[in-house]
Amino acid sequence: MQQGFKMQTRLRWLGDKTATFLAVLSTILVILPLVAIFVYLILKGAHSLNLAFFTQIPKPVGEVGGGMANAIVGSVTLLVIASLLGVPIGIGGGIYLAEFGRGTKFANAVRFTADVLNGVPSIVMGLAAYALIVVPQHHFSALAGGVALGIMMIPTVCRTTEEMLLMVPHAVREAALGLGVPNWRSVLSITVKTASPGIITGCMLAFARVAGETAPLIFTALGNDFWSTSLNEPIAALPLQIYVYAISPYDDWHRLAWAGSLVLIVLIVLAVALVRFVTSRGVLKGAS
Amino acid sequence: MAQEHSAIRRYLLARGNSAIADRVFKSLMVLCALSIFAIVVLIVTELVQRSQLTLHTFGFQFFWKSYFDPTTGLPAYWDPVNGYFSALPFVYGTLVSSLLSLLLAVPLAVGVAVFLTEMCPGFLRAPLAFLTELLAAIPSIIYGLWAVFVLVPLLREYVNPLLVSGLGWTGLFNDQNPTGLGYFASAVILAVMILPIISSLTREVMTAVPHSQREAVLALGATRWEMIRMGVLRNARVGIVGAIILGLGRALGETMAVTMVIGNTPQIKRSMLATGSSMASVIANEFTEAVSDMHLSALIEIGLALFIVTIIVNAIARLLVWAVTRGAPVTQR
Amino acid sequence: MGVGIEVTNLNAWYGANHTLQDINLNIPANHATALIGPSGCGKSTFVRCLNRMHETNPIARVTGTVRMGDLDIYQDTTPVEIRRRVGMVFQRPNPFPTMSIYDNVAAGLKLNGYSNRRALDEIVEKSLKNSALWDEVKDDLKKKSGASLSGGQQQRLCIARALAVDPEVLLMDEPASALDPVSTSKIEDLIFQLKSQYTIVIVTHNMQQAARVAEKTGFFLNGRMVEFDSTHKIFTNPSDKRTEDYITGRFG
Repeated sequence: MQQGFKMQTRLRWLGDKTATFLAVLSTILVILPLVAIFVYLILKGAHSLNLAFFTQIPKPVGEVGGGMANAIVGSVTLLVIASLLGVPIGIGGGIYLAEFGRGTKFANAVRFTADVLNGVPSIVMGLAAYALIVVPQHHFSALAGGVALGIMMIPTVCRTTEEMLLMVPHAVREAALGLGVPNWRSVLSITVKTASPGIITGCMLAFARVAGETAPLIFTALGNDFWSTSLNEPIAALPLQIYVYAISPYDDWHRLAWAGSLVLIVLIVLAVALVRFVTSRGVLKGAS
Repeated sequence: MAQEHSAIRRYLLARGNSAIADRVFKSLMVLCALSIFAIVVLIVTELVQRSQLTLHTFGFQFFWKSYFDPTTGLPAYWDPVNGYFSALPFVYGTLVSSLLSLLLAVPLAVGVAVFLTEMCPGFLRAPLAFLTELLAAIPSIIYGLWAVFVLVPLLREYVNPLLVSGLGWTGLFNDQNPTGLGYFASAVILAVMILPIISSLTREVMTAVPHSQREAVLALGATRWEMIRMGVLRNARVGIVGAIILGLGRALGETMAVTMVIGNTPQIKRSMLATGSSMASVIANEFTEAVSDMHLSALIEIGLALFIVTIIVNAIARLLVWAVTRGAPVTQR
Repeated sequence: MGVGIEVTNLNAWYGANHTLQDINLNIPANHATALIGPSGCGKSTFVRCLNRMHETNPIARVTGTVRMGDLDIYQDTTPVEIRRRVGMVFQRPNPFPTMSIYDNVAAGLKLNGYSNRRALDEIVEKSLKNSALWDEVKDDLKKKSGASLSGGQQQRLCIARALAVDPEVLLMDEPASALDPVSTSKIEDLIFQLKSQYTIVIVTHNMQQAARVAEKTGFFLNGRMVEFDSTHKIFTNPSDKRTEDYITGRFG
């Protein structure tokens, strides 16, 4: 009896230690690829980065050198279109959820659909933009790519805006309404303004997410080896260019793909770090 | 003084009540909210419309059928030039790579979540949470690039031979192709990609478990692991299942990284080390080169199927996660 | 200058909860009127009916009439318009956290489209002087945020903000309940000065406060107004047994 009990306690102690060991091990296993990815990006990317990368357009196959200047400009163009579409609509939807639709069935349905839409593969968004814009226009275009990315931003921006607005104390809304300020003015100038650091943060996150999207661009923006700023023509994009170069058989192009990835990840890490910095200091400006 | 008062008062009295502006503003916000539904409707109608051709020609057979190729004497599934259109190998490739990736990712993700919420010393928690968050922010194209140039060679040289010699007898790991590409490589990179999603959501539902549950189990003389198992994991299991299904949804639709490492051959192989193709990868790979209407329509129908499946999977997952975290205090990441 | 308020048969509901039942009373112009009673008696709901603030809650409903001068506030006007004439100070100080002190005071005018800078400067100064805050903040009007002030200062800032739109009536919903004794006495002094120019309605759970600042006092209990009379009469010789019980501390 005594022996059995001792044995059991020992087994339980062993179980506890094993579980702790496994948890630590899995954490290390998860951190490992992250570290590996960054090490490779820095090692392979940094020594391929040079001035030409930022100033030149791709060289024809076989010629060494060239850069991704057109892809960087193209990505910026696409992201501007995407933000113009996604940010206002997303923020508007968030305002509806937080300020008008609280507790209603309609608002719950919108919230749920937005969350579900967040998980829809980006390639499907690309197909939708293709069917909506490329097919009627009969050609690939920067506009179609921007719209595909913009649609992807809407649910994310909508949900974070809602969350941030809900953090604004009710008393602040009452103060504005109590002064006889019209509701629309109170929402925009008081509630949204108070939550603006948090809302901007949410937009940055959505922005960072679509900045690296490739799949929806393949058959909308298509890519372009030359300078183009026309919204009606195919345009280059950083992630798209990385894809084309990565699956090509040329070493020099692989080198450029690593360099492009480094630039992309630096931008995204900066955005995420900024977001963390802002949120850790409190989402509400001046709130004590 | 009374004079001055009335100036302001007169100004404010002359101001309208803004009823119209308020109504317009509200309608605009409702429109923005409606756009969420509009997007869903738009995607469905556009995709259904553009895939009419294959929907009518093949019906549901599209996802089941197989052809017989007289030149090779083998079953064939997908050859747009010869008019073979069957989505079966892509459905197979998507399912195999996603499920295998879950098998790899779930234990690790739960382990990380347990470590971060229950065991981790305070000073490590924030940086580690930040790192896993960062893992979620890396674009899939960079995962793909890394997989092609680092992971696949690694698997080819060291891991795959081990799998063949150790598990080859099961028939699941025998048919190694020399490139190292294939289902298994896709599953590994998918596992890395969906880990942060599963672990951060698992963390969220675990922190939503009331503290009293932990104390109740500890008070019975349980070890820390027994407390986690009985007090935390058991109470959070519905939410954890939700997190896993959400990860599955991500894996099913993941495109770029899979396209770069799965091999892109429209075949069905039992061996995990063989090359194949997934629903998303075939769209990414062939769409711009598709010239025949039937080929385009077939690819769009695959996209439609992917959309419907991920919508269902995500809806289930959201409901499960909501069931656990609703009413719990909002966790600050 | 203030106007009197005439309330007839006022009933209010929150959902199925009948929070105010058949309230009738006349609030005199340019005086302070205190409303006392145990918590949950409906006194806060009552003042929120006087500027239609209760309508911000979608489940709230109201019947009866409230007249300000010759204006029926439920028939002749809209919530937005009436709130410009009836200022409100809330239980907890609620300055706009993103705005400077100056902008907080000017908010009611600026957000209603008023943009005359010279006039705004004057109004801000006068309102802050009227709320006895001017000397403490005049050096960093535009530098400091409203949220950086102390609790008592914040509440006086909120009073200045309400005064800046030159209201006829000032509603105060337990304005000192979140403040320390020193700040509380400053607020009370302020009410004493302001009541010659505005009609003031102050809700309080502090009976001494009511006795100190108000000419008239109403006692609320379970959604009904039990007694309304001069403050002196209520505190020395109430006509209703329930009022007497409350005043002498037998419940609540």
